[in-house]
Amino acid sequence: MTSRAALPRPEAPTAPPPGGAAIEVRDLVKRFGADGPPALDHIATWIAPGTITGLVGPDGAGKTTLLRTLAGLLAPTSGTVRILGQDPMAKGSLREQIGYMPQKFGLYEDLSVQENLDLYADLRNVLGDARRKSFEQMLAFTDLARFTDRLAGRLSGGMKQKLGLACSLLGSPQVLLLDEPGVGVDPISRRELWRMVRELARGGMTILWSTAYLDEAELCDDVRLMNGGCILAAGTPQALMGAMQGRSLHLTRLSAPRRDVLQRALRAPEVLDGVIQGDQVRLVLRDAGQRPDLGPIQAGPEAVLVEVAPRLEDAFISLLGGGPGGDSPLAGVTREVELHLDLDPQAVIEARELTKRFGDFTATDAVSFRVPKGEVFGLLGPNGAGKSTTFKMECGLLKPTLGQALVMGIDLKTSPSAARQRLGYMAQKFSLYTQLTARENLEFFSGVYGLRGDAQRLKIQEMIEAFDLGPWLSRRTLDLPLGLKQRLALACALMHEPEILFLDEPTSGVDPITRREFWTHINALAQKGVTIMVTTHFMDEAEYCDRIGLIYRGRLIALGTPDQLKRSTRTPECPDPSMEDAFIHLIQAFQAQLDEVVP
Amino acid sequence: MKALSARRLRALCLKEAYQIIRDPSSILVAFVMPVVLLFVFGYAINLDSSSLRLGLVMEDQGPAAVQFEQTLKASGNFVVEAGPSKAALLERMAHGRLRGVVVVRGDFGARLAQGQGGAAIQVLTDGSEPNTASFVGSYVEGLWQTWQQQRGQNLARHERPMIEVQSRAWFNPSTVSRNFLVPGSIAVVMTIIGALLTSLVVAREWERGTMEALLATPVTKAEMLLSKILPYYALGMVAMALCLLVAVVLMDVPFRGSLLALFVLSSLFLGCALGNGLFLSTVMKNQFNAASAALVSAFLPSMMLSGFVFEISSMPTALRALTYLIPARYFAGSLQTLFQAGTLVPLLAANALGLALLTVLWLGLTAMKTGRTLE
Amino acid sequence: MLHRLLRLIRKELQVILGDPKTRVLLIMPVLLQTLIFSFAATLEVRHATLAIFDLDGGKASADLQQRLSRTPTFARLLPVHSEGEVQSVMDHQEALVLLRIPQDFSRRLAEGRPAPLQLLIDGRRSNSAQIAMGDVSRVIQAYTVERGVRPASHLVLRNLYNPNLNSKWHVLPSLVALITTIGCLTVTALSVAREREEGTFDQLLVSPLTPAYIMAGKAVPGILVALVQGAIIVSMAVFGFGIPFSGSLPLLLVGLICYGLSLAGVGLFISSISSTQQQAFLGVFAFMAPAVNLSGYVAPIENMPLFFPGARLHEPPYLLHQHRQGRLPEELWFPGRPARPRSAAPHLLRHPLPGPLHVPSPHRLTGPLPTGAAEGRLMERRSSKG
Repeated sequence: MTSRAALPRPEAPTAPPPGGAAIEVRDLVKRFGADGPPALDHIATWIAPGTITGLVGPDGAGKTTLLRTLAGLLAPTSGTVRILGQDPMAKGSLREQIGYMPQKFGLYEDLSVQENLDLYADLRNVLGDARRKSFEQMLAFTDLARFTDRLAGRLSGGMKQKLGLACSLLGSPQVLLLDEPGVGVDPISRRELWRMVRELARGGMTILWSTAYLDEAELCDDVRLMNGGCILAAGTPQALMGAMQGRSLHLTRLSAPRRDVLQRALRAPEVLDGVIQGDQVRLVLRDAGQRPDLGPIQAGPEAVLVEVAPRLEDAFISLLGGGPGGDSPLAGVTREVELHLDLDPQAVIEARELTKRFGDFTATDAVSFRVPKGEVFGLLGPNGAGKSTTFKMECGLLKPTLGQALVMGIDLKTSPSAARQRLGYMAQKFSLYTQLTARENLEFFSGVYGLRGDAQRLKIQEMIEAFDLGPWLSRRTLDLPLGLKQRLALACALMHEPEILFLDEPTSGVDPITRREFWTHINALAQKGVTIMVTTHFMDEAEYCDRIGLIYRGRLIALGTPDQLKRSTRTPECPDPSMEDAFIHLIQAFQAQLDEVVP
Repeated sequence: MKALSARRLRALCLKEAYQIIRDPSSILVAFVMPVVLLFVFGYAINLDSSSLRLGLVMEDQGPAAVQFEQTLKASGNFVVEAGPSKAALLERMAHGRLRGVVVVRGDFGARLAQGQGGAAIQVLTDGSEPNTASFVGSYVEGLWQTWQQQRGQNLARHERPMIEVQSRAWFNPSTVSRNFLVPGSIAVVMTIIGALLTSLVVAREWERGTMEALLATPVTKAEMLLSKILPYYALGMVAMALCLLVAVVLMDVPFRGSLLALFVLSSLFLGCALGNGLFLSTVMKNQFNAASAALVSAFLPSMMLSGFVFEISSMPTALRALTYLIPARYFAGSLQTLFQAGTLVPLLAANALGLALLTVLWLGLTAMKTGRTLE
Repeated sequence: MLHRLLRLIRKELQVILGDPKTRVLLIMPVLLQTLIFSFAATLEVRHATLAIFDLDGGKASADLQQRLSRTPTFARLLPVHSEGEVQSVMDHQEALVLLRIPQDFSRRLAEGRPAPLQLLIDGRRSNSAQIAMGDVSRVIQAYTVERGVRPASHLVLRNLYNPNLNSKWHVLPSLVALITTIGCLTVTALSVAREREEGTFDQLLVSPLTPAYIMAGKAVPGILVALVQGAIIVSMAVFGFGIPFSGSLPLLLVGLICYGLSLAGVGLFISSISSTQQQAFLGVFAFMAPAVNLSGYVAPIENMPLFFPGARLHEPPYLLHQHRQGRLPEELWFPGRPARPRSAAPHLLRHPLPGPLHVPSPHRLTGPLPTGAAEGRLMERRSSKG
């Protein structure tokens, strides 16, 4: 709590900048229902024109509500909102000055790209020459010119996002509100989006960008950190990160397994937060002066602590009071996985020349890999590159055209039921039965996997305790916060003590604290010998993986540990590439190769 | 900012039109189902029985009885099946193979000769389907009278009852049930397009998140509402033309009214149906619930309470009062008049007034419930 | 595996019953429809208006009108005074049937000469009008008999199973079939579409459950919904409306289960070809609307052209209908019930359809009349003058 006081407080709303604020909010309160809890609790802030402001905060912090109130989609319960000096609820021409992109992009999926653009151009009164020009500009800008006839529903996630942005940009609004545009989008698309937004800001547009990705927020001019309907901190990322100076460390040159090291490091009272970063463990201290004793961490004889530059995420976690601990209660209730003797422990999951064709289109092209017992194997790749297809074949949801998808040596094509009993699956967006209560979901998934009677009751009780679901058991899953849904989904997938766990974008849209908690559980499972295969767009998450397979254009173009991949892309211009740099570099290099062969 | 911009409205309507065209299920409901339903009502639902299976037990083989048998067989109303005994045929009727059994007693000829009125023909019908049972009873009775008359003429006896009823139908002289079922079913089809299809459209925008994007643009409430009404109005009118064509050209149902009157009444009716569907959609914000509610509140009443199959005057008072709220009541009646009678202005005007009031009610409610915010 | 199947079924029921809105949507319409349709869906004619154009004004005419006014068919008699009024009354649907009593009616009757009466029926509503006309004819025939004229032979008409031809006895059992069709189809067709939209279907597919189990898990709740809805309607029919149930209850249950199974099959098929809930719903509707009308509930199946009953073989209501014919559920209600002969006297014969008294054949109406309505009116005017 002491650290929080050291951070810059939100500036007084009574003192807008000399040129006037683009967005000004005073004492804003928003409640849903007459006596519901406040979704926005006395918010006061202003945003300077021509800046990019990041709006960050955990799930349910009130980011979407604030953006909707600014867009005039929700009426404030009390307080005032002024955009360009006008009230967004009042009738007037203000709407033409505001561009708003909702979370689902607001596209009509059964309309083509051009039809979507036409619709929004007409609605935003963009006509004549201006219209022709802005279409040209937008299509070039978003690189969608080749796809104008394609239905929006058939676009990849990244393309949808760009089209959504293009539609909200028509008519050159002065204020642009973006609600989590980066969710479910690959790093390449996110980088392009960032480039586009940066260009717009240079032209004088004011941009408010809500995001769960702290690395994105780090690039903003200004940041507002929200929690529980309040603005917790405001200021430039640099100012926020500056307060963390000296508290971010790398624990490097480990000889013990990094997962174990992280677990032990998080037990140290001096450590506020920690994550795995490739071969290293990244720690954030409670106090710059107090380093943890390396003895109990048992990182190995050569292990050292090296100070590194703080990240915005460190400040975020610190402001929210630190991350979760490194011990997962799951460890206590998970059995050590013992594989059948005649099974090769080096190939618990195996893809042999896995190929899938949809008509003429080859989604996955002769992909082969083997995942040993207890490994966390990540599948990465841009949207639409064949990552999901490969993943789905491996867990038996799609039948391969050619090749074999083996799980524990069993071909899912021939004896699916036997193999399925031994694998756990957590779908994208935590596919739970939203109409059922948490307990009913647990009962259903355990029952479907054959648990019954006392064994079932016991297992459910264990899971309730391990995931701390007690207070939520009789709530409908629909009404649960996102983080709890994720916990519940993981609990459901683990009921039958699977030896293999498939995770499809498990932390998409989830805030960093919930993400850490999730990976604590995954680490515990891996330590018990559970083999885990995960797809992700999240580079942080990729760092947790033991090995990564990068899929592009249906092919496995790189395979190795995160550090191997990073090292392979080291160049003079970029001597210490991040995971994201490596990702983009590898894909661009492969594309360049393709272009050479087929000019 | 203007409350209504022609350009924005056109853009929204165009969008709605693309969505209709590209969704196979809306095409199915708007064009294929009307034709199927029309044929079902035109041909499959035949209230004029023509081939009911009737069992006949002839215990008497005298000339009078044989003459009666011939009358029955020649009528064309029944497929007559002769049986050895009453018990055997009743067994067949219990299994649903026969709709009725006629028994001519052994002493029929003898009693007839006595002339005391004691000669009896027994008719047993399957009462489990009362309507069909009535058909059977009355047709046999009609044939019995025919036979009696023929006998009277043949034998030159004074057996003619003293009152002769001559009946004639005012309009639809051939009293073909298709001629009133088909126009009535057009009302049902229009209800489906108007209420059921539109009950999905606003809810769909909420569910898919496009409503949020629309509301953030300068679109006004009037434009939003009109853009939902106009395309479906056009769709309804096209379906109406299709129905008219099918009814008149393929099914030989006469159309005697004026097209203008049909146009006005259809427009008013579509106004009600669209208003009803949009209201449900706006209030529910959920496709499944809105469509279910439309099914119960619009489609089923249009079948049951519009007077198109079941006579409104026969219903209990409370239900009769309820029918005044059912737009199909006014529309089905108008259609039956337009098709078979012609443009009878006072009658149609009264119906038009009813429809106009309901239109104002539903559209007004919808406009009240349509807001410019997400709450 | 049986345990897993039970778990799957239980989950499905929890989903259906857990949502208060769905619960309401499954039960409320059943109650409402049963109440409304059992009263509305009748082909009987009651409370109609009979217009009387009395040119005679004699005693016989008055007697006849008095008797007509006592039938439940007509709530009121509307006196008409001119040919012009005849036209306007018929045109504007002020009366369903118009009885024209010629000038010399009473005189002819007194003289023992045949006295003609003319009945005009509204052809726009030809079915109801013909039913009403039958009732008028019956009154007239009764009046004739009262005046001492007896035909040499008579008909004895008995309606088995439902002696008074009470239409509720028919409608309510039929509603069991109609309403369960809607319930069962929507539950099965939409549940798969919903799981697909929410992504939980994948979750089921990666579980050890085989497709057969997943399908069974979807079908059984649909059948259960059909059973519960059926039970509600049967109870309302027996206890609320006092309709006798004289068949075998287990047999009804078996029939309902078979019917539910076939509906669930159709529902699952629809869900397999639709990608969204909207498509599933419209698919259910597109199937249901014709199916219900072809079930033989409104009109007898043998009246349909061959094409339709043939097509209908694939549709569940047909199945039910077959059951009904084979004593399910309707015959279950009535067989074995002693059918009371109503009366041997011909003047009490039930006679609800055309039954024109002196018409050579029931088709007489088709014969001599011109087709155009205008011409019809012209004819009418001419004949009244003549």
